[in-house]
Amino acid sequence: MSEALQELAAHISLKRSDAVVSSEVVNGELTLTVAPNHIVALVEFLKIDTACHFSTLVDITAVDYPERVARFDVVYHFLSMYQNHRIRLKLAMREDQILASINGVYPAANWFEREIFDMFGILFSGHPDLRRILTDYGFRGHPLRRDFPTSGYTEVRYDEAQKRVVYEPISLVQEYRQFDFMSPWEGADYILPGDDKAKVQS
Amino acid sequence: MMDGKFDDALTGEQKIRNFNINFGPQHPAAHGVLRLVLELDGEIVERCDPHIGLLHRGTEKLMESRTYLQNLPYFDRLDYVAPMNQEHAWCLAIEKLTGTAVPRRASLIRVLYCEIGRVLNHLLNVTTQAMDVGALTPPLWGFEEREKLMVFYERASGARLHAAYFRPGGVHADLTDKLIEDIDQWAIEFPRVLDDIEGLLTENRIFKQRNVDIGVITEEDVQTWGFSGVMVRGSGMAWDLRRAQPYECYDEFEFDIPVGVNGDCYDRYLCRMEEMRQSTHIIRQALAKLRVEKGDVLARGKITPPKRAEMKTSMEALIHHFKLYTEGFHVPEGEVYAAVEAPKGEFGVYLVADGTNKPYRVKLRAPGFLHLQSIDFMCKGHQLADVSAIIGTMDVVFGEIDR
Repeated sequence: MSEALQELAAHISLKRSDAVVSSEVVNGELTLTVAPNHIVALVEFLKIDTACHFSTLVDITAVDYPERVARFDVVYHFLSMYQNHRIRLKLAMREDQILASINGVYPAANWFEREIFDMFGILFSGHPDLRRILTDYGFRGHPLRRDFPTSGYTEVRYDEAQKRVVYEPISLVQEYRQFDFMSPWEGADYILPGDDKAKVQS
Repeated sequence: MMDGKFDDALTGEQKIRNFNINFGPQHPAAHGVLRLVLELDGEIVERCDPHIGLLHRGTEKLMESRTYLQNLPYFDRLDYVAPMNQEHAWCLAIEKLTGTAVPRRASLIRVLYCEIGRVLNHLLNVTTQAMDVGALTPPLWGFEEREKLMVFYERASGARLHAAYFRPGGVHADLTDKLIEDIDQWAIEFPRVLDDIEGLLTENRIFKQRNVDIGVITEEDVQTWGFSGVMVRGSGMAWDLRRAQPYECYDEFEFDIPVGVNGDCYDRYLCRMEEMRQSTHIIRQALAKLRVEKGDVLARGKITPPKRAEMKTSMEALIHHFKLYTEGFHVPEGEVYAAVEAPKGEFGVYLVADGTNKPYRVKLRAPGFLHLQSIDFMCKGHQLADVSAIIGTMDVVFGEIDR
């Protein structure tokens, strides 16, 4: 299995050397790192080329790494029902970059790109209908970014006086609990609770 | 005055314009909280704009702040019609990254319950689709069987619906011999119930009028819209992940993959009925194997709890148990995509692990998301009444679409 994938990777990087940055096979899965500006041409090649023949778009998603300059990884998964193999494409992009939509090649990308726009705020050029998809009408912010709090910013309730649902800033009785399991003996580099007081006294 | 001459009536007010209606979010045929904005020309659907996300719970965001084991029950709440099939994908993803081998008995139990999940799903789908097009008896008969299957869920895991039974490294608890015999007894009787339901529907004139030649999908459409599962097989392609890319121990089971010919709603109904028979066949094979295959149901190690008896005597086992259920286990850095043939199609988990006890990012790939996306394409040119038949055949459940 992995030899066949290695061969496939070599084939693609030979034919599309401008787009493919690197390739690796881990856990029996082929991952290509690609250049963002060549994504549409590469995806088109993957669909048409007979050795690849990636007939189906399985998934598009993004991963947020706020500490990096090229903040987002956009990840594409494709499947070939005819050759029976899968591929993963990965590209890194900055927050202010605009990625080309692959909607023209795979119409199934429509909602995936809408979802990424909704959840991460990545813009796609050439997308026919880039609206929010999963969040509320009039929602602000991009929930799956790492700097978006899990509790969100607003809460809704039905107001008896106004006879409608009202939006209010969230008020938590107790702070949202995020446990960390770092051992204080093995290099937790934050101030442990209580240690901040020790400094004031001395 | 001659017939058919209405020139005088064409004032600005009387000109015919398309009609926009809201379908849902509270509509019995919407299978949940789907809002469709339909543009109708008379009774013909011109445009169909689905608004989804009314059941969005932010599962992917929540999963980033919980441990791997705490995340498992979220999978029951995705496609709540067949909960264990989703858990399976999560367990496979973790096992792939950690390199855990599942004991054989656990593997067989997983196959058994995945197939029970498939029957659960198809029973619900087929019968409620029949209800959408006007039949009332099939859901009553189908839900009777679902009830029995949920009792098997309860006897294995303690919960009728949200089981949390599959765990990374195996399954949570072993099955009793009595349960195995009872499931077998059910599997012997079940084909007769299927015959009954088929007797109600398959040659039913109304059912055929509402389903034949409705929502036809060609092989090309399947590729264009990224369909999977029955939506592919109904159009004549024998694509099944259990056969094409075998996971667990599906390669040792004997079963057929039913395929349709015309790719319409009626063929997909026939596929689902036959798949239930095939699943029953797999269930009986799995039970036969389970009778001889004894042994542990968890790969004992870092990611699974120690035996209860061991905890009474061994301090290390006690510490292990405590650490596992508070801190959880760590998954080595890496990324993995694990897919299973869920009843609705390919359900996948894309997991990015950073070496800690929580996933860095999880993407849940739900089959219904892609199926529902094509509703504009499928409904265009059909009558308003066919919309509910098409929603039914796409097998949408909003737990997994909205996530």
